[in-house]
Amino acid sequence: MYALIAGGGKVGANVLRTLQRLGHEATLVEQRRDRYERLEEEFGHEVHHGDATEIYVLERAGIRRPPDLVIALTGDDEDNLVICQIAREKYSVEKVVARVNDPRNQEHFDLMGIGPTVCATSSIMALVQHEVPEHELVQLLELRRENLEIVEVQIDRESPSAGRRVDSLALPEGSRLITVLRGGESEIAIGSTELQPGDQVLAILRPGKEDELRRILLRA
Amino acid sequence: MSVRYRPGVNALVIGCGRVGSSVAVDLQASGWEVSVVDEKEEALARLGDHWRGAFVVGHGMDIQVLREAGIEGADAVVVATNGDNTNIVIGQVAQKRFDIGCTVVRILDPARAAFYRTQGLRTVCPTKTAIDELTEAVRSCEVPSQPAAR
Repeated sequence: MYALIAGGGKVGANVLRTLQRLGHEATLVEQRRDRYERLEEEFGHEVHHGDATEIYVLERAGIRRPPDLVIALTGDDEDNLVICQIAREKYSVEKVVARVNDPRNQEHFDLMGIGPTVCATSSIMALVQHEVPEHELVQLLELRRENLEIVEVQIDRESPSAGRRVDSLALPEGSRLITVLRGGESEIAIGSTELQPGDQVLAILRPGKEDELRRILLRA
Repeated sequence: MSVRYRPGVNALVIGCGRVGSSVAVDLQASGWEVSVVDEKEEALARLGDHWRGAFVVGHGMDIQVLREAGIEGADAVVVATNGDNTNIVIGQVAQKRFDIGCTVVRILDPARAAFYRTQGLRTVCPTKTAIDELTEAVRSCEVPSQPAAR
């Protein structure tokens, strides 16, 4: 596989290093002179100096081949967006991955159909929510392309679903319970699985159906 | 003295530098209701003493700021911050999300301006204009047919 990486900070440099170790070919574009020089010492000609939103810089770095994958990892969301758009629309790059630095900009990436995206703040917040017990329904994974998400809920004594079989629950349309974690052991949720207080349940559902799911599983 | 006021003719100008502020003042002078967005409060001074439109301090990529500045009722959006890529993103947000047909975007880099024009964005590239005019100015000079020998 051949990948083109924009942005040579800690993230970009490590992605390049890892891809090379896995036997892939990758080139990287870095704008800052000092960073570029350091990277060039380690990686040699695979590293290019310049602004990766400039078309001639992208071409020098090999975008015309085109790469199997373009990874936009600069610290500027607008730059990452433009790099991905140019790659996809001008050079027919099939796959792009973009870093989102400010989670408020996620909606712009969605609007322009750029994805998958990776946002450190959002990932950290998902983990924080996972650790904070008062969030009774925690989003674990967003499957953008499928328009589905995976959430986790904790069943307690008061939950209307406690003591009931999965097939007796009127779950929201298009949602399913996936697994039940009980006493450290996880099992696949099937129709005959009976929910108990203390269970951690994973569910898959359409975004927007969270409240409905919460009502059926947690609060009558 | 009469101010021509045409209700429903609203323009939003994002970026109040030399270019944005002049566009805003000109549009206001010709009867538009204009609101302006800039990250810096000091930029308001560029609009002069007679400015009677709205001025919102904030980043143009922030949807809240755009709403506050009235993008939902805008008939035209002019995007002229000092960042090409920022302008490209804001322009597309205005066009695709808020459905503003008259969205005009300043892009200094001729290559990106040309590419985004093919993508349906109305781009204005001052650099290209300068290149064309300078070249034309040189061509129209009267120069000796042979360079002077030294």
